[in-house]
Amino acid sequence: MFEVVIGLEVHVQLNTKSKLFCSCSTEFAAKPNSNTCPVCLALPGALPVVNEEAVIKAMRFGYAIDAKVNEVSRFDRKSYFYPDSPMSYQITQFYKPILENGKIEITSKDGGTKFVTIKEAHLEADAGKSIHEGAISKVDLNRAGTPLLEIVSGPDMRSSDEAVEYLKKLHSLVRYLDISDANMQEGSFRCDVNVSIRPKGQKEFGTRVEIKNINSFRFVKQAIEYEVERQIEAYEDGVYEEEVWQETRLFDSNKGITKSMRGKEDSADYRYFPDPDLRPLIVTQAMIEKAKEIPELPDEKCKRYMSELKLKEYDAKVITAQKELAHFFEVMLEEKIDAKNAAAWLINELLGRLNKLGLDISQSVVDAKTLAKLISKIEDGTISGKGAKDVLDYMIEHEEFDIDAIIEKLGLKQLSDDSAILALIDEVLAKNKDKVNEYKEGKEKLFGFFVGQVMKASKGSANPKKVNELLKQRLSS
Amino acid sequence: MKLREACKLSKEELKSLQEELLQKAKESDLNAYIGFERSEIGVPILIKDNIQVKNWPITCASKILQGYIAPYNATVIEKLKVKGFAPMGRANMDEFAMGSTTESSFYGPTKNPHDTTRVPGGSSGGSAAAVAAGLAIAALGSDTGGSIRQPASYCGVVGFKPTYGKVSRYGLSAYASSLDQIGPITQDVKDAALLYDMIAGYDEKDSTSANIAHTSIYKNLDSSQKYTIAVIDNYVEAASEDVKEAMQKAIKALKEAGHTIIHKNLLNTKYDIATYYIIATAEAATNLGRYDGVRYGYRAEGAKNSMELFFKTRSEGFGDEVKRRILLGNFVLSSGYYDAYYIKAQKVRHLIKEEYNKIFAKADLILSPIAPSVAPKLGQLQDPLTMYKSDMYTLAINLVGLPAISLPIMKNKENLPVGLQLIGKAFNEQPIFNAALSLEERVNYKG
Repeated sequence: MFEVVIGLEVHVQLNTKSKLFCSCSTEFAAKPNSNTCPVCLALPGALPVVNEEAVIKAMRFGYAIDAKVNEVSRFDRKSYFYPDSPMSYQITQFYKPILENGKIEITSKDGGTKFVTIKEAHLEADAGKSIHEGAISKVDLNRAGTPLLEIVSGPDMRSSDEAVEYLKKLHSLVRYLDISDANMQEGSFRCDVNVSIRPKGQKEFGTRVEIKNINSFRFVKQAIEYEVERQIEAYEDGVYEEEVWQETRLFDSNKGITKSMRGKEDSADYRYFPDPDLRPLIVTQAMIEKAKEIPELPDEKCKRYMSELKLKEYDAKVITAQKELAHFFEVMLEEKIDAKNAAAWLINELLGRLNKLGLDISQSVVDAKTLAKLISKIEDGTISGKGAKDVLDYMIEHEEFDIDAIIEKLGLKQLSDDSAILALIDEVLAKNKDKVNEYKEGKEKLFGFFVGQVMKASKGSANPKKVNELLKQRLSS
Repeated sequence: MKLREACKLSKEELKSLQEELLQKAKESDLNAYIGFERSEIGVPILIKDNIQVKNWPITCASKILQGYIAPYNATVIEKLKVKGFAPMGRANMDEFAMGSTTESSFYGPTKNPHDTTRVPGGSSGGSAAAVAAGLAIAALGSDTGGSIRQPASYCGVVGFKPTYGKVSRYGLSAYASSLDQIGPITQDVKDAALLYDMIAGYDEKDSTSANIAHTSIYKNLDSSQKYTIAVIDNYVEAASEDVKEAMQKAIKALKEAGHTIIHKNLLNTKYDIATYYIIATAEAATNLGRYDGVRYGYRAEGAKNSMELFFKTRSEGFGDEVKRRILLGNFVLSSGYYDAYYIKAQKVRHLIKEEYNKIFAKADLILSPIAPSVAPKLGQLQDPLTMYKSDMYTLAINLVGLPAISLPIMKNKENLPVGLQLIGKAFNEQPIFNAALSLEERVNYKG
């Protein structure tokens, strides 16, 4: 039997206003090379100046994961020639990163919890983009110089599920901290996976293979599973040495396989050395104070939802896993509705419908206040739960949000008036005298029958709670 | 005309001065100017071809930057313009400031105005030759390992290399970032102080710029101040007879001016040379990576893919000396060699700094040769190693980041200038200028 060992390197694009070493905007620009200046174009004589906002965001991540925030860190040059790397080197932190030794708690394989160590996280500048159009290649440097935080985990994960669990946790965390948009499709949350295997009980790690640039959680899982299988097969076939070596592979998402990027002999030498254009990065007290302004994080929030709001663990976890969802939920609670009702409606009804449409919470046409109002209509007895579901469907379908008008239009208003319901009850009881007698003789099962008959007589509009109450009164008198 | 005199001219007078200088420069066969661009009317300053002037072609005297037009001003140019100075003309230099003779220029060598069969020194050879020949009132150069001081010495003019961090490097095409400084090349010490005041000061665009207010040197010049000046005996021993004679002359003049001379020794200069050529080339190899033919400048024809584009562009665009230093720099940074070369060089750099600190605990200034001899003949320094060795007296100043002035002391029998340097403590430059002025007043050098 084999043990799988996984470590991840995640590149998180920091959502700063300007680039890491110049004042160019980081906002998306449709026109290529429009967000550029002498620094990010690498014109002769231009010099980098560190963007403090990026440093503070990196530090904030450090405090959130209990890492050591180095008072002094340094920037280094990593040399390689590529058309979209205008300086021919990337400015990164190779020798002395800003963050070391943090940890993130995840749910482990066996259902318990475990910590994944964050060995280090360092600041670096992103490259531009190459665009290939047939025989012509173009370079767009709008992205060049955008700040990245590369977060390097320890080799602590033991399955593809754990790896995905860790990634989801990390993704949620950077969004909560508001340090990144972490959009995987747009490349602001990019992941490299290191995978090795070893026979169970062996202490030494096997040969580590790196799989680069995987852009969805699903692909991470697929890539790991393919790679693990490939390595185990090589081991069992006795060709481990020949087939598995320390290399970088690419994941082909169409075929679901990993492929070797370059030959065995051809390893890159990045010639790292300290960037002489930048002095050591020194963290000041003012920066520390700003970096420590940390909002309530998912784990804390989850615990608070369970203890204060009495939510079930599952509901609390689902809601807090996504910053937007938690925010939505908290806006709902501002309408003074029951927290458990709010959670149930958010998760089961709204998310259920959004999922079917392939949308996420940020794309919901029904906003938090409206959903809360709808719930309050159930709570005050105006409509039934079923009626509310009809209203929700109607709102999503028609994009109309006047709840009262919809209730009116669909005729969902419940009959809650005591005398009106009593009149219906008396009518039903008068029609079924024999059953009333049976009931009074002990056939209590008939209670349901009476409720059904009253509801039927009201054409479904009677408030069932009231019907229950009043019916009990009448039958016991 | 001196710079400080030109500063008093009216607009009309400046206009005719500019025209007169340009005319002379165009007629000259020294090849000191490689471009005659000018900006508005003002006190004309000749600019080394590695300092960005907006809308000028700035080429670092290299084929690889042919066709490039700078879209922005270097901070020093901005500062000059604000003060009423006007950049005028581009000065020849060694390609990317790598050389000691200005012979590695894409535009061909500049000649020494004192003897046109000789080099003007380098890399700021165009700047020094033009000032010496009266083709420029004053010039800006850059000094990475002696590139201002040595050509000033060979051409019989004054050159000042500021404390590292005193002058913004923003807009100076980098050769070696931790060593480069822009500085003035002028006709005398007073002009050097004046021009230096105009370009010095903190710049937030340069992270290595020192955040210290600049106090005017020119306004506080005082040649009556007395200093303790150390002479490095083992340096003098290794120099030519001409240089030894200049040292004797200068020591005598300084003593007469009331300064105290003490005698010291420094580490063998072979350590400076080795350390410099590791650090400078490591930085240069990466600094020059941006010249890849993708965005600007020269691009080779017929490349089939991006790697071929890089290879061809850089093979065709760079000269031999630049290629040599890029190769050396990449070698010392390679995995397996990094510790043995780069790290070791950084350690030796600290050691050299400590050596200077020891001397500065006892002395205010150091008097030292600039080059082992007078300007060599064109083509004489063909062997790179011989050329590297000729930088022996200037390199350590850049490694330590110290300020130093080069000024002419005498002429030898062949009528060639011999200069010396006064080296001061970091960020304490007034004593250098004061002592240099007192020396200048007494040696009575005649260009």
